[in-house]
Amino acid sequence: MSVRRVLDHRLAVIALVGAIAVALPMWFPSAYYYRIGALVFVYALAALGLNLLMGFAGQVSLGHAGFMGIGAYAVAIVPAQFALPAWLGLLAGAALSGIVALAVGRPILRLKGHYLAVATLGFGLLVAIVFTNETRWTGGPDGMTVARLMLFGRTMSSAQSWYWISAFTFIAAATLALNLVDSPTGRALRAIHDSEIAARVLGVDVAQKKLAIFTVSALYASVAGSFLALLNGHVTPDVCGFLRSIELVAMVVLGGTGSVLGSLVGSAVLVVLPQALTVVHEYETMVLGLVIMGFMILLRHGVVPTLAARAGVRWT
Amino acid sequence: MMILDIQRLSIAFGGVRAVDEVSLSVASGTVFSIIGPNGAGKTSLFNLISGIYPPLDGRVRLGGEDVTGLPPDRLARRGLSRTFQNLQIFFRMTVLENVMVGCHRHERTGILADLLHLPSVGRQNHATRERAQAALECVGLAAEAERSAGALPYGALKRLEIARALTTEPRVLLLDEPAAGCNGVETAEVAAVIRGIVGDGVTVVLVEHDMRLVMNVSDRIHVLANGRTLAEGTAAEVRANPAVVEAYLGVHTAREAMRAQA
Repeated sequence: MSVRRVLDHRLAVIALVGAIAVALPMWFPSAYYYRIGALVFVYALAALGLNLLMGFAGQVSLGHAGFMGIGAYAVAIVPAQFALPAWLGLLAGAALSGIVALAVGRPILRLKGHYLAVATLGFGLLVAIVFTNETRWTGGPDGMTVARLMLFGRTMSSAQSWYWISAFTFIAAATLALNLVDSPTGRALRAIHDSEIAARVLGVDVAQKKLAIFTVSALYASVAGSFLALLNGHVTPDVCGFLRSIELVAMVVLGGTGSVLGSLVGSAVLVVLPQALTVVHEYETMVLGLVIMGFMILLRHGVVPTLAARAGVRWT
Repeated sequence: MMILDIQRLSIAFGGVRAVDEVSLSVASGTVFSIIGPNGAGKTSLFNLISGIYPPLDGRVRLGGEDVTGLPPDRLARRGLSRTFQNLQIFFRMTVLENVMVGCHRHERTGILADLLHLPSVGRQNHATRERAQAALECVGLAAEAERSAGALPYGALKRLEIARALTTEPRVLLLDEPAAGCNGVETAEVAAVIRGIVGDGVTVVLVEHDMRLVMNVSDRIHVLANGRTLAEGTAAEVRANPAVVEAYLGVHTAREAMRAQA
């Protein structure tokens, strides 16, 4: 019975995201909107990765943009320095992010709460400093251009193609995340979230589980970073800056921790709102701040979980 | 056969020896209770045995193997699990899911298979669910399986913790005050559950303040006071031991007398 319910739920979420992705362009007045849509799905992918860590295991990372940076610079540097295709750069960036996550995660995931937050913050800052200072490889603070992605003999340069690539990738990533909910690893992670000590006496290797999900979440961020660089055609150290990391956390919390749809909603709010608020450009930042505060006060468990609870839906 | 053997186990907190050279041996398939006044070191001793604190000194043997200083998850995989005095429930999961976590050490799929939801994950979930459901039946919670754990009453949560620990298939199960805060009916249910567990061949080590429960179910009782061993024996022996009466039951009766006067 509950297997059916989980399966139904998984299909419902995927179908909903798919329907949104297909239907939205019907209201796009110009190609510019495809670009905004692509950005929403790209950031949603990174936020979803962070949400695996925050929503499942209950661990925070204030340095996740660091992994976005590794992914972004990998698709810039690999073609530029080694004359290899961009998709190899994407894979190399993901592999490097995975290795870095394993190496960094082992010592810092032992920390809890605020201490973990500060340690991950330090990691993010470190990555940003490396990309800013290694001018010979990265072009320094001015960044570098990114060669376009070639896919099936065609150059992926239009915002439209990136809209579909990022939407499709988000849906695939969301499917993986939803698969995790009702699986041995997912249950162990949710258990860690509620009581680490109880999980341990039941035989869960807490350190190993945290490290595994931290690494997966780093891979999500890395791929999102690669997409962002390929979509923009250039990359600067801003991609892995502290503000970017905070933005990702804000997307997760605003949309709803533990909610796959929430990551998409959080990303949509924080990507679209600044664009929409350009009409009040002098007060843009202030209005943005007020809107975020309003969301958190009125929908304190995040947009999606709060609304789902009111509608009586259990998983999102 | 001695399934659990502890030699001169000690731990200190800020110069205070909470557990001071305690030695005890638990025979396989029995109920072994540890009693003592508040602050005697019962829970600290439990935390040492279950690997939550590393001992300052001493040895712990489980089924003849030295397991001193092993972390709780490794001990669980070797067949030692426990419950907690202050509940440690996974409140955001259902009753059934709570128990399913207990099956974790038997689950064989990795994170990659879980992310891709390979057919092996489906089979694994099915096996885990059956096992968890059976454990819930043992403690009389089968009907609550799909409810959120947070919605259960206190006494039921105590039994949920026992069911969850049982699914790890322990050789030794440590129960830390399973009847604390329970009413008479709930305490009787706990006693029945303990007898059932021992009937299945699991060794139970019990810390409990409810003397009626302790005297009812224990094969042997170990009395602690100020972190040290005061006495050990059967229920009748402990009850007749003047040192125990003075240090423990004596205090209790004195308190009763004061209450009667007031």
